[in-house]
Amino acid sequence: MAGKTLFDKVWEAHVVVEEPGKPPLLYIDLHLLHEVTSPQAFEGLRLAGRRVRRPDLTFATMDHNVPTTPRIPGQPLSPDPIAAQQMETLIRNCREFGITLFDLYSPDQGIVHIIGPQLGLTQPGKTIVCGDSHTSTHGAFGALAFGIGTSEVEHVLATQTLPQWKPKSMEIWIEGELGLGVTAKDVILGLIGQIGTDGATGYVVEYRGPVVERMTMEERMTICNMAIEAGARAGMVAPDATTFAYLEGRRYAPKGAAFERAVAYWETLPTDPDATFDHRVVFDVSRLAPQVTWGTSPGMVTDVTGRVPDPSEFADPETRRAAERALEYMGLEPGTPIQEIKIDRVFIGSCTNARLEDLRAAAQVVRGKKVAPGVRAMVVPGSQWIKYQAEQEGLDQIFKEAGFEWREAGCSMCLGMNQDILQPGERCASTSNRNFEGRQGRGGRTHLVSPVMAAAAAIYGHFVDVRELGVLTA
Amino acid sequence: MEPFRVHRGLAVPLDRINVDTDQIVPKQFLKRVERTGFGQFLFYDWRYDEQGQPRPDFVLNLPRYQGATILITGANFGCGSSREHAPWALKEYGFRAILAPSFADIFYNNCLNNGLLPVRLEAEVVGELMRRATEEEGYYVTVDLEACQVRDDHGLVQPFELDAFRRRMLLEGLDPIDITLEHEAAIRAYEAAHPGW
Ligand code: SF4
Repeated sequence: MAGKTLFDKVWEAHVVVEEPGKPPLLYIDLHLLHEVTSPQAFEGLRLAGRRVRRPDLTFATMDHNVPTTPRIPGQPLSPDPIAAQQMETLIRNCREFGITLFDLYSPDQGIVHIIGPQLGLTQPGKTIVCGDSHTSTHGAFGALAFGIGTSEVEHVLATQTLPQWKPKSMEIWIEGELGLGVTAKDVILGLIGQIGTDGATGYVVEYRGPVVERMTMEERMTICNMAIEAGARAGMVAPDATTFAYLEGRRYAPKGAAFERAVAYWETLPTDPDATFDHRVVFDVSRLAPQVTWGTSPGMVTDVTGRVPDPSEFADPETRRAAERALEYMGLEPGTPIQEIKIDRVFIGSCTNARLEDLRAAAQVVRGKKVAPGVRAMVVPGSQWIKYQAEQEGLDQIFKEAGFEWREAGCSMCLGMNQDILQPGERCASTSNRNFEGRQGRGGRTHLVSPVMAAAAAIYGHFVDVRELGVLTA
Repeated sequence: MEPFRVHRGLAVPLDRINVDTDQIVPKQFLKRVERTGFGQFLFYDWRYDEQGQPRPDFVLNLPRYQGATILITGANFGCGSSREHAPWALKEYGFRAILAPSFADIFYNNCLNNGLLPVRLEAEVVGELMRRATEEEGYYVTVDLEACQVRDDHGLVQPFELDAFRRRMLLEGLDPIDITLEHEAAIRAYEAAHPGW
């Protein structure tokens, strides 16, 4: 019998019922909620007279539309009354249905995909869902984690299961040696540039190979986070000693003998040597340069040493038209060197790149320097815990002295649902994951980059090759 | 859920690839706590200018496409965020079916859960439909889920696929949660066998 992939093993361990001609019913181990995609699901439950089946497996936080200005108890949750109402609705729903909520004042509040791992809720072998596409982030632990819509949120609340056809499997083998200053963000951007934004549609991806094995959990989370930008249903990385060391001692991780038992099980999860995938991609990172997107889709990306492409270079007419439209929206001329693109704003944040490691790396670049005149730069830590830790290390001082704004945790300018938005025409170097039209504010222009590249852009006022600054240490 | 059997309607071409859910419903409109009221925000930044005036050249604003219920569009439609507000907005605006070469996974499921039929067709077929909907004023298309066919009034007949289970759910307008709850005993047995660490 052929061996099994990590994905096969996690999938099979969660099939509750399988009948011919019907999608298998999958058990869900962890359901994460946030304020934007849950209210209609709770309303549906209420209308049907249903309860939440497993409130103990359900956790909620507020992140998408929370303000990132100082939080003063007694003040409205948001200056925007509709956003405040959405948060109050979540508070009421969690209270009514008995769900643990990390609210605005909780030291555990943060972006849902950052706090799951941080609290040890995210564990190898689990099935994890959330009404948010970047749920793929949790796959870094060897969990099967994917985003769902609000009707499915309601389904999971009511039944703790989800009918799902099994996606196909794809191996993305990452090999070579990453240069200093070339990060996990550059790996995933470069990969999407190669396979396209629908290159993995219909697949669950497992990232494998020596580069992945050497990655920290933070880096694995970055590449799994953006699996969705390649169209994948989920991204996964096999759990290993790095994973176990990260989890040990975290609040919701198993303790003592239970932890030993869990590790013994987790060690059985990696893909068997004789397992096969439906599709295989090899990505060599040896010559990878820091990446910068130039368009309005994450696949529109090039090296920092490159130039804005000329749409006429694209053979496929649809791609050409999309590139033309993107350049018009972005206000860029074909052939412009990437390093000559001037920026107005810098955003270091989001579930892709706002973990402690990201902030430390960016601080290395910023230390002792000043943000370029005319540039407004902000750091939005991914969680209140990260913010606290960074302050313990003095990172906040480094950023503030350079002229960065140091904010409270939330999604912030990743999607601009709160007050942190770009003005029309403003150009932003952003560590987030989407450069769609208007994503960071109507008419705003987003260039996706790594934290060190964003930090460097803040200092120089335009994109620079962070490798040439000589400030990074391994 | 509203059933879907056979629908004949005016078709509108949206000739773009990778249309993401941020374009379908921009995030500033996601703060409502109801499922309704999103139709007015559909493709907002493409439909309206900075002053909130309709952009006369955007395809949905052309008089000849008013009342369209079938959207013909490019590959990877609905990529990006998982927001179900996107199918809610499309449905409330009046769309019943979307014809495209491919859809993003989460969006595809979200449509099916709302009685909005996403139909995958070969890129050449979509291109031909798009051409006809552009050239011919008042171009109607029939999407027939009973026969699993897309047809027009000029003899074009194109089969499409949808798995039998999903198809039955849509044809009969069944509630997926009710169906899952028929397995209550199996869910309980699973939970008993997997107590956690
Ligand atoms: S940080 Fe951005 S991508 Fe991540 S959950 Fe928030 S809005 Fe979504």
